[in-house]
Amino acid sequence: MYEEKAAELKERARQLRKTALTMIYEAQSGHPGGAFSAADIVAALYFSEMKIDPKNPKWPERDRFVLSKGHVCPIQYAALGLLGYFPEEHLHTLRKEGSILQGHPDMKKCPGIDISTGSLGQGASCAAGMAIAGKRDRKDYRVFVMVGDGEIDEGIVWEAMMTANKYRLDNYIMILDNNGLQLDGTTDQVMPQLDLSAKAAAFGFDTYDIDGHNMEEILLTLDKVREAKNGKPKFINAHTVKGKGVDFMENKLEWHGMAPNAEQYADAMAQLERGEN
Amino acid sequence: MELGKLIATRDGFGDEIAELGKENPDLYVVDVDIGKSCKTAKFSKSLPEQYLNVGIAEQNGAGVAAGLATCGKIPFVVTYAVFGSLRMCEQIRQEICYPNLNVKIACSHGGVTPANDGASHQAIEDMGVLRTLPNMTVIMPADYVAARKLVRAAANTYGPMFLRFTRDAVPVIYDEDQEFEIGKAVQLREGGDVAIIANGDTVRLAIQAAEELAKEGIQARVLDMHTIKPLDTAAVNACLEEIGRVVTVEDHNIFNGLGSAVCECAAEAGKGKVRRVGIQDRFGQSAPYERLLAMNGITVENIAAQAKALLK
Repeated sequence: MYEEKAAELKERARQLRKTALTMIYEAQSGHPGGAFSAADIVAALYFSEMKIDPKNPKWPERDRFVLSKGHVCPIQYAALGLLGYFPEEHLHTLRKEGSILQGHPDMKKCPGIDISTGSLGQGASCAAGMAIAGKRDRKDYRVFVMVGDGEIDEGIVWEAMMTANKYRLDNYIMILDNNGLQLDGTTDQVMPQLDLSAKAAAFGFDTYDIDGHNMEEILLTLDKVREAKNGKPKFINAHTVKGKGVDFMENKLEWHGMAPNAEQYADAMAQLERGEN
Repeated sequence: MELGKLIATRDGFGDEIAELGKENPDLYVVDVDIGKSCKTAKFSKSLPEQYLNVGIAEQNGAGVAAGLATCGKIPFVVTYAVFGSLRMCEQIRQEICYPNLNVKIACSHGGVTPANDGASHQAIEDMGVLRTLPNMTVIMPADYVAARKLVRAAANTYGPMFLRFTRDAVPVIYDEDQEFEIGKAVQLREGGDVAIIANGDTVRLAIQAAEELAKEGIQARVLDMHTIKPLDTAAVNACLEEIGRVVTVEDHNIFNGLGSAVCECAAEAGKGKVRRVGIQDRFGQSAPYERLLAMNGITVENIAAQAKALLK
């Protein structure tokens, strides 16, 4: 039942990657690795799962998306631009003076950004506040918060998780973009993480381990999450590949925060066009 | 509340926030496990639906409040001044001031009022740190009456704010009908020889110093500068232009608080001389509150002495 939808969303993800890469190439600055590992999930959320209205970005009933790993915002900007939150020409202004598309998401400048992020870990707390407000106001919106696997070195992420458990926030969905690499090395080299799903379960979360690039699995999981109104917050441990979609970027540390040159850009765009990786 | 009665300004916060919560269902309190000490018990008992306690996790408390504010709530995050300025500082910067969200940081235990708790709990740099954050308003009321009125004004005014209260009791100096406006000093006494600009728990000392000076024929203008940001520059400039001699008094490091803010005005105006009375850029210790003030020269005698030195 997911086949057709999955194919359509894979195509969206491909579009998002191409748009994000072009933005980073034009800006000659940005973070392609983590943007690409997050792309499939971002596509599934924005083009299928979330209850949103691009014409009314502040709609009180909307689902929220908090990109706590704010440095990969080009992938979110791509989704917002393609959905019409702002005119597509803005997509050529990333990181430029006067742009609504700041180096890290700015809720005051860019329509569709639910909270400004950029200092790692903090989005997890803000998302908990949004989820609490939803519960207290008897609204049925949900809050999706994407965190990086390096980001969760931050203690505040775990403080937020304790809060989600205490206030029975089954409308709080934390998605871990678990690509195994952070700025200074592999996550295990920098700070061993042990079994993150087991840790999240110990913090009171329903947990789901998935392949974060398998669109059918993503959709199936989001269905399960939607149905589990049991008072427990959700933790989707999405196993992903940093730089996914471009062979010379995949699992390469140096592509955490580097823009491609002209040759690399052409090669990467051709690969994304073919959609073979 | 009768004049002269000794009562901590944290009590003023606790009484007023409970009233405000009843009036506005969107007003929230976010505690971090020191609610009893910060006087939120009345609020939490009567308004559980508007109350959160996130445990001993100040950074998370600030972040949760930011999230609530994006959904139209007016959260007051309640803690001690040292934690509400420093432990939460980056969350306040990134998630509250940068997006200019309507979150209030309401803190007991301002200045050296945590006295016997020692240096770890005495907030001597908090107002200065927060004064440098864009969009932030920084307030310290002088007494119980001022605390209640300024808490109400804060709840009814959009924007990030830091409010600082005393742990220790201080005398009531204001009539119940005194009006307060955020960013506007209250003139407590008129005089043309010297101006004494104080805030928080030191306003009472400034008034007494002015009374002592009057006995010697020196007339002091006394201002309660309850808001150090935005500073009432009109009131400060009036002191600089009309009098030209200013003593500042604060229960805060002499760096970057009220004294510094007044000096910035004087330097830009190129007028007036300023002497700063406050914490002498050093950490405190466990000791009685009045002793800690005295160790730093925050006394009636020293305020009067500084005023007289300016007149020489």
